[in-house]
Amino acid sequence: MTTSIGAVETKSVSFAPPHGLALESGRSLGSVTVAYETYGRLNAEKSNAVLVCHALSGDAHAAGVHSGDPKPGWWDSMIGPGKAFDTDKYFVICSNVLGGCKGTTGPSSVNPATGEPYGLSFPVVTVGDMVEVQRRLIDHLGIDKLLSVSGGSMGGMQVLQWAASYPDRVRSVIPMATSTKHSPQQIAFDEVGRQAIMADPSWRAGNYYKHGQPERGLALARMIGHITYMSDQSMEEKFSRKLKAGEYTFSFATEFEVEGYLKHRGDSFVQRFDANSYLYLTKALDYFDLSGEKLVPLGGPIHTRFLVIAFKSDWLYPPYQSKEIANFLRTRHADVTYCEIQSTYGHDAFLLEFEQETNLIRHFLLKASTDAE
Amino acid sequence: MPNESVRPDHRIISDLIDPGALVMDLGCGDGDLLALLVREKKVKAQGIELKEVSIYSCVEKGLSVFHGDIETGLGGYADGSFDFVILNQSMQEVKDVDFLIREALRVAKKVIVGFPNMAHLRARSYLFFLGRGPVSASLPYRWYDTPNVHYLSVDDFRDFCADKGIRIVEERFLSGNRRVHLWPNLLAENAVVVIAKS
Repeated sequence: MTTSIGAVETKSVSFAPPHGLALESGRSLGSVTVAYETYGRLNAEKSNAVLVCHALSGDAHAAGVHSGDPKPGWWDSMIGPGKAFDTDKYFVICSNVLGGCKGTTGPSSVNPATGEPYGLSFPVVTVGDMVEVQRRLIDHLGIDKLLSVSGGSMGGMQVLQWAASYPDRVRSVIPMATSTKHSPQQIAFDEVGRQAIMADPSWRAGNYYKHGQPERGLALARMIGHITYMSDQSMEEKFSRKLKAGEYTFSFATEFEVEGYLKHRGDSFVQRFDANSYLYLTKALDYFDLSGEKLVPLGGPIHTRFLVIAFKSDWLYPPYQSKEIANFLRTRHADVTYCEIQSTYGHDAFLLEFEQETNLIRHFLLKASTDAE
Repeated sequence: MPNESVRPDHRIISDLIDPGALVMDLGCGDGDLLALLVREKKVKAQGIELKEVSIYSCVEKGLSVFHGDIETGLGGYADGSFDFVILNQSMQEVKDVDFLIREALRVAKKVIVGFPNMAHLRARSYLFFLGRGPVSASLPYRWYDTPNVHYLSVDDFRDFCADKGIRIVEERFLSGNRRVHLWPNLLAENAVVVIAKS
């Protein structure tokens, strides 16, 4: 279970004119680079490929380790030999999303037309656009049909988008801790994060690349985010009212442990994430809406198999949103399993409850692959 | 292919199901019955179950199930969505039986109900001679730890069906592993009844 897949490297592929990307907004991108990693081996029939989609702050580095960095990929507990996404059986792919800042084209990339970073001249992208880029990567890898697409949160939205856009190219999908559309509460949290970035004078209307990014604003956005990723109970268990110095200082210094944690999370985030990407990606989340028949059209059988997973204490993407997906699908006689995992970790649970997830995903994938044969 | 380890009530239910049917098992537990029906009758199966650990067992068996409450589980389905809805050993655990049976009859052509018979001889004598609530193979709980919120006999269920204008299509009775043909209200520990709208 704990064996890691060892050293991995991020690869990349570029799609240049005339193969530019027409976006949902009506605008287009002339050339797009996609950063991706793969684990395991694609079989001769090319029938064992699983695409894993990352969340807001994730990247293509889902598993294994990069040389010189002991920290494994963001879903290393799930991907590897004998794990849920068993790399002895499956060929696992993970790519950085369009609009991101970890190797795939985004607002911090250099616009070939100007030689300068795009900044706000980067077109607003959608989850549909992200999936379009992933589809090109899958084509590039010579894969016609994915065995499965899986991911949590924003990754879960990409999963749903795959099921909606390319039902003939996915045998199964595993959306986790996600929703078919952002609720006003979810949009509100995103907007507060964006306002924190844009209110920072260092943001300079997005043209900060020569000066250094709006660290205060981005860190604040990340702090707000982290509050929504935890639960009341997980915060109580992790921090309670513990003080860093052991007693009140009667000042506004960082003295509660929870304050220290959020500060640390904020400060480390600005070292690895682009503020404009944060704006673009959260906007893509807010535009996302595959509610009702947009997920699967009326009439006709649904061939894609679904495993929908939610977490009881997740109040950012509450279980009722996942339940709605499952209810919509099962009343259409789609092949769908819904499980609400008892967890106190809040939204973060999809990255932490890997034993329960493994229980479900391992057998679900096995069934999907045996039925495919 | 009869399997020795199949529970007798599951054997009966499987015999009652048409091959290739669309089946919903309400309160499907660990999925043993649904797995049997998929294996023997090639049914298209759906299940609803409240217990999280049971969901894992079902997925392990390759079943597709919904983690949730059976009392609200049929709400979104169109009329006649299933050939069979099964309520095996789960009807007595729901609060509003009348509503659930009506819902089941709305979404399925036939409903199969399996329940323990409260008027079985052993249960009667437990109450009569010991003066205590019956504990038996089909009623294995004590009054304080039972999930059952309703206790009924074979005749109670027949009365219910008559009152509600529900047609009893078929009845099968069990005592342990054996089929019961005579005086089921007295001799059957478990009943499996197929009902339909009249």
